[in-house]
Amino acid sequence: MAKVLVVTSGKGGVGKTTTTAALGAALAQRGDKVVVVDFDVGLRNLDLVMGAERRVVFDLINVVQGVAKLPQALIKDKRLENLWLLPASQTRDKDALTEEGVGKVIDELRARFDWVICDSPAGIERGASMAMRFADEAVIVTNPEVSSVRDSDRIIGMLDSKTVRAEKGERVEKHILITRYDPSRAARGEMLTIDDILEILATPLLGIIPESQDVLKASNVGTPVTLSNADGAPARAYMDAAKRLCGENVTMHVPAERRGLMDRLLRRRAA
Amino acid sequence: MSMGLLRLLRGKKATAPVARERLQILLAHERGMRGQPDLLGVLREEILAVVSKHVTLDPTKVIVRLERGDEVSTLEVDIEVPNDIERKRVAVA
Repeated sequence: MAKVLVVTSGKGGVGKTTTTAALGAALAQRGDKVVVVDFDVGLRNLDLVMGAERRVVFDLINVVQGVAKLPQALIKDKRLENLWLLPASQTRDKDALTEEGVGKVIDELRARFDWVICDSPAGIERGASMAMRFADEAVIVTNPEVSSVRDSDRIIGMLDSKTVRAEKGERVEKHILITRYDPSRAARGEMLTIDDILEILATPLLGIIPESQDVLKASNVGTPVTLSNADGAPARAYMDAAKRLCGENVTMHVPAERRGLMDRLLRRRAA
Repeated sequence: MSMGLLRLLRGKKATAPVARERLQILLAHERGMRGQPDLLGVLREEILAVVSKHVTLDPTKVIVRLERGDEVSTLEVDIEVPNDIERKRVAVA
């Protein structure tokens, strides 16, 4: 059974596109057939993060409007056999995303793939509501910071009321993915803790992605972070998150602070 | 506990608990408002409809404002009525 997963957040710049690329690649690496769909009409970036920016011919809106057939618009990943991209339009207006048209495309994708991962634009406007409209599950990307948590709460409210599932009285399965987590700042009490965020949002945790140079390096070269440095902390955290999405029980790894000698001594004495 | 001691030794104040508390208060309020129709918009429309029965109004000159205070909140309704109001009243009567 195909699953439609929306990667959303409300707030911009928290790591939705990075997460879409990384989870898409991680699920494909496990052998599932995956398509990642960019809903950020007018400001597409998933193609760039996936390293496919020069191979875009047709896009989601062309397919929605019937200008192109779905197979013409799908771009096959060069590294992974099972991974495909459906890019957003760079020029069109987001109003071109009609509910009927998007619904048809999603149905077609469901028939071809195991996972349809929708990369939502920031905000709560049309693009964002269309990205979540047909979702079975949602990954809410949240940074440990007040404005991001507030926007996540708002998005959770939308997932519970504005999706097809919600309107049918069913629920969209929601997961929080905490990104840009900085253990040393958390230890100093400068950053909301994981427990704070989960308590406030009352939604289960899918994973914790530590703040890391790996993520920036991966987007620089257009490779999902799970492929560019598979042994790095963010890649491992995304791989674990993908396993949890598949129903596996994986122990949650909270990124730990790399401490200096002084801190270590102090910590021992304090404990 | 070790975190607390570390903080004490470094002489820094943790700001995360402040963030948590502010968020909890704010979100409790925002969740309560959610799903309800936009109260001010509805009030404005209904006030406009009632007053328009008797007086010709410019809809853009009806302003409804809600000021939230600690103890009480005030609802301020500002309606600009044109000076030829008497004529219409006579006509209606």
